[in-house]
Amino acid sequence: MAKIMSLAEAVAENVRDGDTVAMEGFTHLIPYAAGHEVIRQGRKDLFLVRMTPDILYDQLIGVGAARGMKFSWGGNPGVGSLHRFRDAVENQWPRPIEIEEHSHAAMANAYEAGAANLPFATFRGYVGADLPKVNLNIRSIACPFTGEMLAAVPAIRPDVTIIHAQRADRKGNVLIEGIIGVQKEAVLAARRSIVTVEEIVGELAPPSPNSVVLPGWAVTAVAEVPGGAFPSYAHGYYPRSNAFYIRWDEIARDRETFSAWIKENVLDAKPEDFAHHAAKTSAKVA
Amino acid sequence: MTDFTPTEMMTIAAARALSNDDVCFVGIGAPSAACNVARLTHAPDITLIYESGTVGTKPDVLPLSIGDGELCDTALFTVSVPEMFRYWLQGGRITTGFLGGAQIDRFANLNTTVVGPYDHPKVRLPGGGGAPEIASNCGRIFITMALTKRGFVETLPFVTSMGHGEGGNHRERLGLTTSGPTRVITDLCILEPDLETKELTVTSIHPGVARDQIAGNCGWAIKFAGTVVETPAPTQTELSVLRDINARTRKAHEGPGKEAA
Repeated sequence: MAKIMSLAEAVAENVRDGDTVAMEGFTHLIPYAAGHEVIRQGRKDLFLVRMTPDILYDQLIGVGAARGMKFSWGGNPGVGSLHRFRDAVENQWPRPIEIEEHSHAAMANAYEAGAANLPFATFRGYVGADLPKVNLNIRSIACPFTGEMLAAVPAIRPDVTIIHAQRADRKGNVLIEGIIGVQKEAVLAARRSIVTVEEIVGELAPPSPNSVVLPGWAVTAVAEVPGGAFPSYAHGYYPRSNAFYIRWDEIARDRETFSAWIKENVLDAKPEDFAHHAAKTSAKVA
Repeated sequence: MTDFTPTEMMTIAAARALSNDDVCFVGIGAPSAACNVARLTHAPDITLIYESGTVGTKPDVLPLSIGDGELCDTALFTVSVPEMFRYWLQGGRITTGFLGGAQIDRFANLNTTVVGPYDHPKVRLPGGGGAPEIASNCGRIFITMALTKRGFVETLPFVTSMGHGEGGNHRERLGLTTSGPTRVITDLCILEPDLETKELTVTSIHPGVARDQIAGNCGWAIKFAGTVVETPAPTQTELSVLRDINARTRKAHEGPGKEAA
């Protein structure tokens, strides 16, 4: 049963040095506040998993919290490169990073396999592509019925998955709306999970019987962090700050500018600050 | 003649490649602009799908990322990413994939992964995302990118997604039944694969562009088809639709949200 606790407690109890950690959110509902708490608590040697590592993972990599990363597209969407990620891969700064690279289809299938308690995922993929030559975790398997060769990748089983969602009730049942990405699969594939939410309400009141709900008994910890997805967005609460994504390009380009930004906005800041940032952009959504 | 930029010509020529009946998997950037111009001009009923899970979306401004709220707000429905890749893409229900890339070779293979050796890259690019499976599972592929020596290269350092492989019937030999890239739309010309060799050849040249200019911007000895036509210039309607959506997009992306975190 999900425990409702503060973000600091949830991270202290559930994220350990050396863990394989997935922070998911397919451009929507990215758990920035939780990622910042992981940085503040000084976790190290993490193996990060995420389909679309964007600014949040650029920050975790830039502070040296990651020993490795499994991913399928690593960029600042619509803007360009992740400069901290590139600095780690190209120059080993601030430390070398081991990468395991896949396609989106492979990652999505691998999360589903993890959620379904299967050892691997199979799909029609990677035909004629070079990734299987550089990633030993991309193999092939013959269909036992037809002999067709299919791609195979190991299931993703994170030690802990962290996501952000719109609402939870006091029992820890969680509602996710909008672009739902791979969050449900990532939580169900993990041993432990933390869900930060915009608000905890008396009645969850899902909008329809088919709404995406993670029941409290399938989640480890829930923490209320209004604005916790900023500068990404929470459908129905506040929009994505495209201006910040554009601005990140100059902040991250330079090691010193980056470190100064992290000190001011992560190390010397608190989860409560997110509500303030998100509120500034929420006027047009309300 | 109305004034237009090479990039405007490229986007409009790319838009024209699409029809009302297409179910199109849209890449971000130039493909996204082309697909939405098609929807706002000659193909109002085209189905646009973004890999974030939005199906039948009709954005009023171009998304900065493939998962902007605008895409979900205006979609017929939105599915999870696993469903998108398993049922809709792998299920063979998408007629056309529209891709861009950092580098392309003469057989329309694309690289968006690394420049230089994979383990010690000179430039680390974002990676493939959906492209490896989009390239093999969509009925056919359109590609749009500016024609430059850096982009159109003799040999790719890394094949992120397969086009026509080594040419000829390479796709068939690998068991693929889809057509692969059938058109590459650049800012100077349109290229199509030769029927036999599958090498990209110039079939249409944009107004005011010389053959030398095309040859000089391509990293391999580019071939011209037996019959080469001139691409019709953008119409006033096409240009104003494109400029309007670009202006709305710029305004939307400038703010709000200049705060710190």
